Amino acid sequence: MAKDGPTSLERFINGILPENPVYRQILGMCPTLAVTSCMKNAMTMAAAVAFVLICANLVVSLIRNILQPHLRILVFTLTIATFVTIADKVLAAFMYDTSKQLGPYIPLIIVNCLIICRCEVCASKQGVVTAFFDAVGNSLGFALGLATMATVRELLATGSWFDIPLFWKEGTPSETYRWSLMGLAPGAFFTLGLLLGVANWIAEKFAKKQTA
Amino acid sequence: MTKYIKQGWLVVLLALAFGAALAGVNRALDPKIKLNEKNATYDQVPNVVPGADKEKTQPVAKNVLQAFDKEGKPIGWVITATGMGYADQIKALIGLNADASKITGIYILDQKETPGLGSKIATSKWNSQFIGQPANEPLSVHKRMTEAQKQEKNGKIDAISGATISSKALTDKVVNPAVAEFRTALQAGEMTKPKEVETK
Repeated sequence: MAKDGPTSLERFINGILPENPVYRQILGMCPTLAVTSCMKNAMTMAAAVAFVLICANLVVSLIRNILQPHLRILVFTLTIATFVTIADKVLAAFMYDTSKQLGPYIPLIIVNCLIICRCEVCASKQGVVTAFFDAVGNSLGFALGLATMATVRELLATGSWFDIPLFWKEGTPSETYRWSLMGLAPGAFFTLGLLLGVANWIAEKFAKKQTA
Repeated sequence: MTKYIKQGWLVVLLALAFGAALAGVNRALDPKIKLNEKNATYDQVPNVVPGADKEKTQPVAKNVLQAFDKEGKPIGWVITATGMGYADQIKALIGLNADASKITGIYILDQKETPGLGSKIATSKWNSQFIGQPANEPLSVHKRMTEAQKQEKNGKIDAISGATISSKALTDKVVNPAVAEFRTALQAGEMTKPKEVETK
């Protein structure tokens, strides 16, 4: 492997689809399952993760040359925990309702393996610019993953999207068609399983096309 | 020793820098977060006691606020009550009129009942039936009440279909005990001088 590794552009593009954090790397499953019952929560989570990931990648990339290899995980965790706490406080101050709904899942970003993975794979080896684009690409990929999950679940569970009622409206007889289970934990697993299957099927088709 | 300092200085330095940064963030945002927490309750006061003025609301005891109208006339009470629901603690605000004889409104601050079923306790469509109910005796939950029966306001609450346990939990474990406890305290004269108690 070349010392420089993939370029900024490759990192950026890889993060979104070819190495999508949710569907290809299977990282960050805890928020993927827990906060995707509606779009608003999912997108708040995606934004918080993006903030933490970009900041952590930048800091780690800046200090990568003075980092002791055997202490690196400690430093990663320290950095991530700091930015997560900042994100948590900012949410509690400016988006109180959403912050209350997300509950412990914002502090739990600390143990989101996506962030530590990006620090380890990219930021601790490559320059600030590449680390930045890697973080942005992966954040977008993660947001895309959460958005697809949340779209399916919110539509089926409540008939709305971003809290905008589309069908099965409150107070109409069709309200009974709501598939409440999709808003609960089992619905999260069903949706993830099916979407992972779809993602694998698409990836397989794509790989065949390239070799053919 | 120097080996450890040589290897660990970065961790120590980062810990100090991050600690300072967090202290700064906390200092800047903490007042706003505290205000948000307070407002979450105070914003609902006019909804559970109609005509109440949010700014004039005062705490008179633990979990009890006294509501005043714009002229400063006492018009009711707001009790913060918690009790075990089907899934987790239910936290609710209960509004009572000035002599604590009737319930004037109810608002669910926090609940984790089953979405789509028990979570309906938080909808005003269902919990508005508490408005006007007598507070001098415990309320009871009944199934399949007709529209006319609901209008009687004789202490009977219609259960949510499919969520009788949540309906009963809110009525029997949150509303009834809190109202009874408050009325006893009120009659014992513990709520008479709000401004003096406020400092405690």
